Amino acid sequence: MAITAKFFASLRESLGLDESRIALSEVNTVAEVWDQATQGAQMPPNTLMAVNMEYVTGDHHVKDGDEVAFFPPVSGG
Amino acid sequence: MKIELYANAFNPWEELNRYQNTHALQGRVGAACVFVGTMRDFNEGDTVSAMYLEHYPEMTSAYLQKIAAEAQQKWPIEDLVMLHRYGQIQPNDTIVLLAVWSAHRESAFAACRYLIEELKTRAPFWKKETLLADNSSRWVQGTLKA
Repeated sequence: MAITAKFFASLRESLGLDESRIALSEVNTVAEVWDQATQGAQMPPNTLMAVNMEYVTGDHHVKDGDEVAFFPPVSGG
Repeated sequence: MKIELYANAFNPWEELNRYQNTHALQGRVGAACVFVGTMRDFNEGDTVSAMYLEHYPEMTSAYLQKIAAEAQQKWPIEDLVMLHRYGQIQPNDTIVLLAVWSAHRESAFAACRYLIEELKTRAPFWKKETLLADNSSRWVQGTLKA
């Protein structure tokens, strides 16, 4: 029973964290996944969050096997 | 419809020409609207020598598909193309090609505008540019959805 947390772009670099596995027993929400994976680092303003490739907010509940992603505002195009 | 991510440089006009020649659009469409986004060699007062375009592959593909589907629901579109680069990019390289074919210009313009604006705020790409002056690199500030 685990969740994968992924970090991209400037967030990955500033945290020095690419990917992390979190036990589901430790977390209920996306915000708690952040706290657990980053050991309580402050989340930069405007951080975007996604679960299984869909945008969510921090209070979104996570379940076994979810892929949770954290990243800065996007700059494609 | 063609939605694809390219690791290597591409010529948008050749892509369009090839697509138009292999898809039976003639007769059905009265308007084609095309947007080509190109890498500049300057940003925020600095000369930029190169750029790395990071992305979140599975989510990027899902979002390009999703944005295209939304545009098709909003306007009567006959066909569309969305091509986007990732990886190492040089000034003057095409970053994105968007093309929309429709019976009338209003829907072609509106849908093409929708594709680029939604892509810029929702598709998970991040630009990191290298400056010519000292070879340092920095992340480009992202666009927040209004």
